[in-house]
Amino acid sequence: MDMAPKTLETSRSEILSTVDGQPLKKALARTERTKRFKAILLVAPLLTFITVTFLYPICLMLFRSVENPLVAENMPQTLEVLQKWDGKSLPSELAFAAAAKDLAAARKSKMIGRLATRLNFETSGLRSVITGTARKVKKMEAPFKEAMIQARSQWGDVATWSTIKRLGPTIIDVNYLAAVDRGYNVKGEIELRDEDRRIYVSLFGRTLLMSLIVTVASLFLGFPIAYLLASLPLKYSNLLMILVLLPFWTSLLVRTTSWIVLLQTQGVLNDVMVWLGLFEDEQRVQLIFNAQGTVIAMTQILLPFMVLPLYSVMKTIHPSYMRAAESLGAHRYTAYWRIYVPNTLPGIGAGSLLVFILAIGYYITPALVGGQDGQMISNLIAFHMQKSLNWGLAAALGGILLGGVVILYWLYNSLVGVERLKLG
Amino acid sequence: MSDKSEVLVRFESVQKSYDGEVLVVKNLNLEVARGDFLTMLGPSGSGKTTCLMMLAGFEPVTHGKITLAGQPINNVPPHKRDIGMVFQNYALFPHMSVAENLAFPLQVRKVSKVDIEVRVKKALEMVQLDQFGGRRPAQLSGGQQQRVAVARALVFDPALVLMDEPLGALDKQLREQMQYEIKHIHENLGVTVVYVTHDQSEALTMSTRIAVFNDGVIQQLAPPNILYECPDNAFVAQFIGENNSLSGTVKEVKGKNCVVDLDGGGTVQALAVNIGGIGSRTKLSLRPERVEVNPVSGSLPNVFEANIKELTYLGDHIRTRACICGQENFIVKIPNASHHALLHENTKVQFGWSIEDCRALDG
Repeated sequence: MDMAPKTLETSRSEILSTVDGQPLKKALARTERTKRFKAILLVAPLLTFITVTFLYPICLMLFRSVENPLVAENMPQTLEVLQKWDGKSLPSELAFAAAAKDLAAARKSKMIGRLATRLNFETSGLRSVITGTARKVKKMEAPFKEAMIQARSQWGDVATWSTIKRLGPTIIDVNYLAAVDRGYNVKGEIELRDEDRRIYVSLFGRTLLMSLIVTVASLFLGFPIAYLLASLPLKYSNLLMILVLLPFWTSLLVRTTSWIVLLQTQGVLNDVMVWLGLFEDEQRVQLIFNAQGTVIAMTQILLPFMVLPLYSVMKTIHPSYMRAAESLGAHRYTAYWRIYVPNTLPGIGAGSLLVFILAIGYYITPALVGGQDGQMISNLIAFHMQKSLNWGLAAALGGILLGGVVILYWLYNSLVGVERLKLG
Repeated sequence: MSDKSEVLVRFESVQKSYDGEVLVVKNLNLEVARGDFLTMLGPSGSGKTTCLMMLAGFEPVTHGKITLAGQPINNVPPHKRDIGMVFQNYALFPHMSVAENLAFPLQVRKVSKVDIEVRVKKALEMVQLDQFGGRRPAQLSGGQQQRVAVARALVFDPALVLMDEPLGALDKQLREQMQYEIKHIHENLGVTVVYVTHDQSEALTMSTRIAVFNDGVIQQLAPPNILYECPDNAFVAQFIGENNSLSGTVKEVKGKNCVVDLDGGGTVQALAVNIGGIGSRTKLSLRPERVEVNPVSGSLPNVFEANIKELTYLGDHIRTRACICGQENFIVKIPNASHHALLHENTKVQFGWSIEDCRALDG
């Protein structure tokens, strides 16, 4: 009795075919294929858009941080000669002759300016050496060694030649080394820059510290608001929600500049303090154009990104949890700390991660109100993009920032789990 | 039985209003004896849950006094009342394991670690979940979560346990099973339970006494059998079980009995339970299973001709809808026994009933 249906079932599961005899899996795959195709069609416009405007530029930028075509293209003969150079004493006349030829060619092809700039990023002062020598190289005669050293004494330095040789490869790591305040010395070893030229590591540190302060501050300010939002009756919470979202409808620039109005030495806050007699007219405090101002303005601007994920998590915490805890004998505060707060952790995680990631890449606000010590790494990236035109270094700095965010995300994922992330 | 024993909970002329305009609970007086299983039964909005929340301490009392074991508790915060509570959605803490959930009330009472372990284990055994202490509530089925919630409300040995429609989220079969489990736990532990539900069969199954709420007032407070057999008013008769309601006017009162002229024609002799004087309006309540088909002539005082409209086969009985004395929806339950009457739709039969089964209630 019992055996018959069992064998029937196993034999069925072995064949598993449709009525007309095709394998069931094939039939299923065919019917699912149209569905999948439709799904891809729906995603395609956005995917294309993101690839073209987001992924491709990022990849291009990251590649720029390691690519280095200028020296290889414009000083090919010099580099060939320098291949056999020991790097300890000055190279032979052959190298000088090759350099002279290369410089003349570069001047002719109008690449000399860019070549000079590139070499100057690595060893400052080389710009005038290259351009100056290039101008005179036509009239030079052999021996080039003496002529060139006479034209610019730096040609007599081993360092100049090792810089050229070091920048020879088309893929190099000097940008990343520069981004962490390191570089090659004459002997080709990696070493720290001189103390007065170390800026990036401390700036990364300050960026992280300020982002951390902004994150913690917005958590402390945002948590009570989110709690209120989640526990108020709907008609009040809607109004409060509009107040929370209001900043989104105002331009970032307007919000930042209004902080200047409020916080500057002759601003509203200082005026009120003096008027209240809290301190004298001469004691007005500098609240903006420094790190403090950056933190205050950024906290206000990033606050909604903390409030919204927190709110969405708190909304799902049923009030009966708190009531249950109280009925079980826990004081309101105990219940709050042991039951309510632990259940908001996914929201705290999501909000903090969001605010922190946005903060470390923030640009406009520190640029406007940061002054000297309120600058962040993004401001320096902008500087290298727009002013010094050292795109390679800017890309390396950006690459490190991106890497940091990815590591952070990975950490969060392995500690808390991204599936617990709730953004609203 | 428990009427004479010690009173644990007493509501004294308790009133409750949320907006200062409407009374949700109107002058409630209620006593719950120690060991009682009292169910507050009523339609939604009848004030039963509000009463429970006032007792638990989550809603302030607008007027009146609630005492627990003789002590007024109006101003005692919920966490000091020592009342266990089972919520509609169980309210198990999702970030804690089952064992941690059970340990929570003991931890906040500063019970020693060793004691906690023993009592949690005992509580888990009581609800047959010994193997599930390490699981998260989300990994349990609805019925198991329900059991954990009950165990958590009992683990700190409260004198009183409140249950707010705890079985509402379960399917029918599980609900019936849990009803018996809760009933047995109550019997074994002797704990006092105040239970809120809108499901009358749940109330009838578990309770020692039932308070039927409507419109902020207790309509009747009685053990289940009294409530069903002897409803005090038309609301209770209609709310508990199935009921035939016949409207009419009192014609004559003879001691315990009365004679009622029905609106649809016919004169019925009934038990005068809750009526005004002669000429007042009344509703007669008659249970569908108390109607006899084709009674022996002369055996019953009330016999009328009925026209069978519809027969519904329901297994254990045949539900018959008939037209009698101008009443279109007169229901009779004919048991599916070997000698049951064979009826056909659109035929005429005689229906009869006794005076005791026909209660004249308020109109």
